Amino acid sequence: MINRSLMLKLLSGLIVFGAWEIAGRVPISYAFPTFLESMSALARMTFDGSIFVAYGETLRPLVVGVAISAVLGIGLGLWIGLSKRFEWLFAPIFIVMQAAPLAALIPILVMIYGIGLTSKVFVVCIMAMPVIVLNTASAVRNTPASLKEMATSFLAADRDVLLKIILPAASPVIFSGLRLGVSAGFIGAILSELKITPTGVGDIITYSRSIADYPSMYAAIFSIILLAVLFLNLLEALENMLFEGNNRGYVSD
Amino acid sequence: MSQIKPDARHVAPATDSAVSVRNVSKVYGDVQALKDLTLDFPRGELTSLLGPSGCGKTTLLKIIAGLLPATSGEVLINGRAVNGPGPDRSFVFQDFALMPWATVLRNVAFGLELRGVAKSEREAVAEKYIAAVGLAGFEQKYPHQLSGGMRQRVGLARALSVNAEVLLLDEPFSAVDEQTRRKFQEDMLELVQKEKKTFIFVTHSIEEAVYVSDQIAILLPRPSRVSEIIRPASFRDKGVANIRRDPEYLDIVDRIWASLRNYVE
Repeated sequence: MINRSLMLKLLSGLIVFGAWEIAGRVPISYAFPTFLESMSALARMTFDGSIFVAYGETLRPLVVGVAISAVLGIGLGLWIGLSKRFEWLFAPIFIVMQAAPLAALIPILVMIYGIGLTSKVFVVCIMAMPVIVLNTASAVRNTPASLKEMATSFLAADRDVLLKIILPAASPVIFSGLRLGVSAGFIGAILSELKITPTGVGDIITYSRSIADYPSMYAAIFSIILLAVLFLNLLEALENMLFEGNNRGYVSD
Repeated sequence: MSQIKPDARHVAPATDSAVSVRNVSKVYGDVQALKDLTLDFPRGELTSLLGPSGCGKTTLLKIIAGLLPATSGEVLINGRAVNGPGPDRSFVFQDFALMPWATVLRNVAFGLELRGVAKSEREAVAEKYIAAVGLAGFEQKYPHQLSGGMRQRVGLARALSVNAEVLLLDEPFSAVDEQTRRKFQEDMLELVQKEKKTFIFVTHSIEEAVYVSDQIAILLPRPSRVSEIIRPASFRDKGVANIRRDPEYLDIVDRIWASLRNYVE
């Protein structure tokens, strides 16, 4: 069975990359390189180390921003989910934040925080945090009442109810919020490098486009997608390790 | 013969009471759920709360459990007033209320875990009760891997493992299939014999109530009050297989239906 799902994954990869190769060979546009050209550009950047230097730049705002968003986002989400008053106070901020067109806000951020790391971290946080906060809050609010009642009837203190019932029960939705938040964070990190100052992977994309080195540009885009997918898979593996029985949803369903 | 008395308040309890409900009322907003309800639960026996839906039987059970506050009146456990959940009572939930992320072993040991009992000790106790409810070998399974009936056995083992004096069961068999339910009812009788605990059992099934109970309290709705208390006398010791064709069993079932039918919409 595992072999079969692996086969399907390989097959779908083959189809997508094959289509890319054909489209590049036709070519549908002079600015569209073939798959193999892009991969050889990626290999070249890997061997001369420039891609690692670039990721050193890009990962800094990304990791800092995602870490802040995860810790602060889950914390605030818990609080909003547990307290009605706090929800009135804070939930609207994150709903507005989620709906706001980020690109339009970037000039304001640059005006306030300059063109350095701070602004980029902010962009990542604005992208990543709302979905983490809102998912956590709704997961906490939807904890099955009978589980909380069960814990109370077996003499759980409030802290036990939070740590042993509410958090594990909310964890599938919290993790799905984290996954969405992290992928939004990747978008934010690249967006900030394209819109604020070209550094890291954003720099490779901007620079190779300006000198018409399209294979390098596509290689950079491909590498960031690959990284995001790897990271999301890692997060899913972590979730499965932590809460095995949650795989199948609630017992009372 | 059965002693059937129309007014609950004048029935003297057969033995001393483990749980006494005294003049309890419960008001939700402008709805009076329970009104001035008084009822005794004899020690070591199984008492059923039976009535049409909306008669407040689950509300009463949750007030006894300390999960809901009474608007007025009091609940006494061994003479002491209840103001919250306590170690002397444990609860079996209608929807099982098992933690899906925890194994059967951890679910059963959860009550003891919350009381701070050491891991090895609480798991030994849990294993004993898992075996007692017939789930030996399923300790490391997760709830989603069990059938409905097996899940409720886990709920029962969890309630037993904290060794509470009073077991509160809220329609425990309503979510399991008919055959499993019959087996449960037979096991229930054995459990009451063996465990020497006081059981309070909420059900909407007349046959189930008569089959398992030492005492049946009929509750009538809006506002809820105890309309009668029935104590079946003669068929309890005739063996699980003979109860359902005992004339007294059949009489009581008929009699209860006659008094409840007007209240069923």
